[in-house]
Amino acid sequence: MQRWPVLLFLAWVCFLFFAGIGLFMSGFLLTRIELASSSSCSDPFVPPSWERQSLPPGSCWAPQRFSKAVLVIIDALRFEFAHFNPAKASPRPYENKLSFLHHLVTSQPRHARLYRFRADPPTATMQRIKGLTTGSLPTFIDVGSNFATYAIQEDNLLAQLVQNGRRVIFMGDDTWEGLFPKKFFRSYFFPSFNVKDLHTVDDGILQHLYPTVDSGEWDMLIAHFLGVDHCGHKHGPDHAEMAKKLTQMNEMLRSLVEHLGNDTLLLVAGDHGMTETGDHGGDSEKEVNAALFVYSKTPLFGTGPPEEPEAVAQVNLVPTVALLLGVPIPYSNIGEVMAELFSGDGDAVSAALQQLLVYHINAKQVDRFLHSYSLVAQDLPAEQLQHLQDLFSGAVEEHAQLLAQVQRPTLVPPELESRLGSLIGRFQLYLREARAVCTQSWARFHPLRMVGGCTLIAASCLLCYMASELATASDSFYRSCLLYPLLWGLVVAVLLGLAHAFTQNGLDLLLVSSWAAAASQLGFFWHWWGWHPKRARLVGSQPPLANVSLRQRLQAWLQLAFPMGILLFRCGAMFSDSFVVAEARVAPFLLASLVMLLIGKLHWDGRLTVPEGPKQQLLGFSSYRREIWYLLCLVAMLLVCVRLSSFFHQCREEIPQCRPSLFLSPLASLRNTRAKNLFYLLCVALLAGLVCAVRSWLRHYGNLNSSDPLVLFVRWGFPLVVLCIACYWAVASSADDSLGKLQELVQVAVVAFPWAVYGLASVGLLLLLCNPMTVFAKDTRESAGSIVTPYLGVPSSEVDFLHVIPQIYKRMQESQKSCLERGGCRATVAAYGLGSVYSAALVIALTLLGFLLMLLHSERLSLAFLLLFLEAFVLLHIHTRARGLAGDAEPFSVPWYAVISWLLAASQFFYSTGHQPIFPAIHWNAAFVGFHLDHSTNLLPAVLVGANTFASHILFAVSCPLLLLWPFVCEMPSSQRKKPKKEPREELQEVEEHMMEMRLRESPEKFSIALLQLGLKYLFVLGTQLLACVCAAMILRRHLMVWKVFAPKFLFESLGFVVSSICLLLGISLVMRVDCAVSTWFSQLQLR
Amino acid sequence: MKEAEIRRLLAANLLCVFTIVLTAVVPAFFWDGFTILGTHLAWLCICSVCVSTLNIILHLVLKPNLTPKRSSFAHKISRFLKCCIYFFMSCILFHAIIVLYGAPLIESVTETFLFAVLLSTFTTLQCLCMLGPNIQAWIRVFSKNGAMSIWESSLQITTICSILGAWFGAFPIPLDWDRPWQVWPISCSLGATFGYMAGLIIAPLWIHWNRKQLTYKSR
Ligand SMILES: [Zn+2]
Ligand SMILES: [Zn+2]
Repeated sequence: MQRWPVLLFLAWVCFLFFAGIGLFMSGFLLTRIELASSSSCSDPFVPPSWERQSLPPGSCWAPQRFSKAVLVIIDALRFEFAHFNPAKASPRPYENKLSFLHHLVTSQPRHARLYRFRADPPTATMQRIKGLTTGSLPTFIDVGSNFATYAIQEDNLLAQLVQNGRRVIFMGDDTWEGLFPKKFFRSYFFPSFNVKDLHTVDDGILQHLYPTVDSGEWDMLIAHFLGVDHCGHKHGPDHAEMAKKLTQMNEMLRSLVEHLGNDTLLLVAGDHGMTETGDHGGDSEKEVNAALFVYSKTPLFGTGPPEEPEAVAQVNLVPTVALLLGVPIPYSNIGEVMAELFSGDGDAVSAALQQLLVYHINAKQVDRFLHSYSLVAQDLPAEQLQHLQDLFSGAVEEHAQLLAQVQRPTLVPPELESRLGSLIGRFQLYLREARAVCTQSWARFHPLRMVGGCTLIAASCLLCYMASELATASDSFYRSCLLYPLLWGLVVAVLLGLAHAFTQNGLDLLLVSSWAAAASQLGFFWHWWGWHPKRARLVGSQPPLANVSLRQRLQAWLQLAFPMGILLFRCGAMFSDSFVVAEARVAPFLLASLVMLLIGKLHWDGRLTVPEGPKQQLLGFSSYRREIWYLLCLVAMLLVCVRLSSFFHQCREEIPQCRPSLFLSPLASLRNTRAKNLFYLLCVALLAGLVCAVRSWLRHYGNLNSSDPLVLFVRWGFPLVVLCIACYWAVASSADDSLGKLQELVQVAVVAFPWAVYGLASVGLLLLLCNPMTVFAKDTRESAGSIVTPYLGVPSSEVDFLHVIPQIYKRMQESQKSCLERGGCRATVAAYGLGSVYSAALVIALTLLGFLLMLLHSERLSLAFLLLFLEAFVLLHIHTRARGLAGDAEPFSVPWYAVISWLLAASQFFYSTGHQPIFPAIHWNAAFVGFHLDHSTNLLPAVLVGANTFASHILFAVSCPLLLLWPFVCEMPSSQRKKPKKEPREELQEVEEHMMEMRLRESPEKFSIALLQLGLKYLFVLGTQLLACVCAAMILRRHLMVWKVFAPKFLFESLGFVVSSICLLLGISLVMRVDCAVSTWFSQLQLR
Repeated sequence: MKEAEIRRLLAANLLCVFTIVLTAVVPAFFWDGFTILGTHLAWLCICSVCVSTLNIILHLVLKPNLTPKRSSFAHKISRFLKCCIYFFMSCILFHAIIVLYGAPLIESVTETFLFAVLLSTFTTLQCLCMLGPNIQAWIRVFSKNGAMSIWESSLQITTICSILGAWFGAFPIPLDWDRPWQVWPISCSLGATFGYMAGLIIAPLWIHWNRKQLTYKSR
């Protein structure tokens, strides 16, 4: 049996997929690390010469210019909406509607100004709110301290205001509630979820806005209007509704300005723009181009407005507002102050000095941030940071010199002015370059990488399909489809490595590996092309197969269409946000449909009717009929399982009326003691039932008779594990009660029991690896045959064996010895459990894994796991029966429908173990099973939480080889039917009938190829789902829901793919390990 | 002979389609505020009753399967009772399957059950009319080459189409369009109805086009 080539082939295919995922992710998911530090009033940022001038009261870092500010955010206010062009003869519905802004700018040029407000991608509202308050560039994953909430952990404007005793009032979009919990002095939240609803939020704000402004009990007022954005999503910008909405906003601004006092700054901003279809999220010009309008009743600007409105980056708002209101700039800000707002009323020199002060503070803060960021993360390039550092220190030095010279009035004003101007330019240059460096690495999609990753994944899927169709055991297959492609990939990797070494560039491992993957794929297709004709010619030499008629080929395609159609539906569902949200119901629906279709197809083909013809009717009528009924019962059971599993679902916020399942909360949270005890007993009883079921299954197939350590472990270790889990549950669910002195004991027990389970399970897995044979061999010399005949099945007197095992074992050894002495004589060896040796090992491994994963979930989810095992068992049986009834000729290939149903069940149980592909739904407390609240590394909690999240992926992937093995394990009844017992060579037939899994050993080449094909099919189906997710994320990256639905889904799906593929490899290698052990066992027998 | 029979089939099927359209339109004249979406349950009842009566009448008039031997009155009664039981059982079975497919278990039981009745009307009732309470015959008809007359072929097609229609009708339910027809079980029952109507129209055409290949075994 070729073990290594099979594993190598699968590992190589996995690598191809991983490279594709990595490449896509690097282009699509922009990541950044959140810093926990925050600025404070006492930070020494003011240049020394200014320290003497005391700041006015209530000011930090710079003198306060306004005591109050109103920030009006009109969601999706594109620049074109706010811009007013009187020359336009026939304005579009969205043009020339905010006439009041134009009126202010023209009538009071030193009080008001309109800017182009450049938003950074991703232009989704939540990311923009983060950007507008932290002054940073939020990416999809801001790796911070806490994934579990959406709350902003970074230092931000609101936190600074609250920290400095200001009162912040908010009204509008309830996204802010999740982002800033408990930050507001007062708040009026309105639901933002329904995009079709244009008025609820806006009318709600208008109801509260003016009374609040007039009351004066606030320092900062934020109003977030959503109507314009929702109108864009619903109707698009070019619609009469949009004109109405903008007119309403215009009126709102007009009356708001009437209510404002002289010490108040008014800011009107759009968080992003919108495309011609009214969407946003991407980085196109129309989405990025928002409007910002600044106004105050006291003069703001030294000069009048420029001809064409200036462009201002969105992050610039944060430092500007912070310094104007006299609070520290948030720690992670990378924006640049809008200096013209600080010029004041004085002459040019004092205005320039004032501007220099704020620039200085701003630059120092950015420098501090870059320094601390480069200490934690390496994603900003070092040489650019060095360059920025040089710029910064040069400018600061010159500023100090200049200030010293200003003290001593040696400079004449024109020269001073020009030097001041150039210094301002240097600060600006520094701030802009710093921001550019950050933007480069945080806020840009890489379309090329995205397309590249997508192509790699698609090509890998194709490769899987082709390889699974044509895999043969011949050497030439492995040579041309594995060895040469690997060499191609290796050569490209080495070449790229050398090129990098010569050009001294930093080696990008991801790029190198994806190029290598692409090259090896090309190699595969190239050699496959060369190899294929040969095979075709081989086939062509046999006339009947040569000219397969078109009709037959069409029929073969139609055969394929049945399971593949379901897969296609599943993939198509990934492209709609509603279906992704509802996937917990989609997967079971498709699974049920697949199985029903299978039954329907069997019936259509006439397999479910009793065969006609007199001979069979006599013999197999009743058993055949029983078989059919059995199959129907199995299907009913599967449907019931599928339906029951929906009781364990978690909710996501997109479905407001959803209630999360009761079973998700830990038992400790139950108030009712009786219910608690009942549930506890139920869980423990079912757990014990699982162990009993596994043991009785093993006993039925004779795998529980030997005295190997593994079997002993199954006998005694399993109940022990169950006991430990039960104790842990008992302790954990009662931990809240006041136990007095026992408290310390409980603390110890909460840690000790999980560790006991971990320890026992790893011992079991180690034993399984060392000696996976669960075979009990017995020497019977009564019937002396010359060959080794494995007799398989159940020993007649089960109980006797348990007591006499040691004696028999001794006798066996003696007899073997005597045999050796006599020489040449070989006794017949009866081996119990040989027929199911592969599946037994897998079942034991699965049970152990199941225990571990149940331990990581809350107590009552163990019911879901039991349901999982039951459903998998039923699926395997359905598969076996269906094959038996369909009478397929090829026992060594697993049909597509089996693989697809297996994967559908896997994703169904992802949801049914209380998970959802969103971050707040992750079970974080899994990281603390067996640990007090501390972890020295991040690896261990990541593994625990990952195992919790992908529990069903793990179990189904490891058990995937069972799809191949199960029909062999269950083969007895069907073969009995076929063979009438009245033939003379009865004994020989008996032996043949009970071959079971040893049929696989009979033809090791076919076995290895079957495993390879199964693995490839599994990877193909997994890969197709992944491909759909990837394409959805790429195509819909402008979609409203991309950061809420598609991107998390993609992330979970790709992580699930990685976990599944690794577990698949582990499962297959476990089968290989058993095969090794069986081989050595046989060779030892031969030797004796 | 065959052509004439196909024409008869077409006429009968078109009558069925016409009846279904009428059930959607006519009650509005007698009952203010009747719409398929608004008073869906009423429509479900009306549609089921009309389609079943029409089918029974058609069956009595056309007599597609000639019962070989004359049977006694008692036999007929028992046959009729058996049919009723079978119909009721099929409603229960459909209800169970629909629930197993994910329909709510406790809420909107009436809706689910009426939908099951509609499905039974489109599928089981036809079988009962055509084949009688004879499970073996049903099993035979719904397998490849099992149909023995154009009526049975038509039965195959309409049954499969209605079930497929109901299946596809479940697809729009999760979408966030907030349309009135996305409410359970409207989209499914509409899907089943459209599927049934499509089946009724397709069946004669398909039989007509494939009349060369279709050779029915005699019993
Ligand atoms: Zn927005
Ligand atoms: Zn929007």
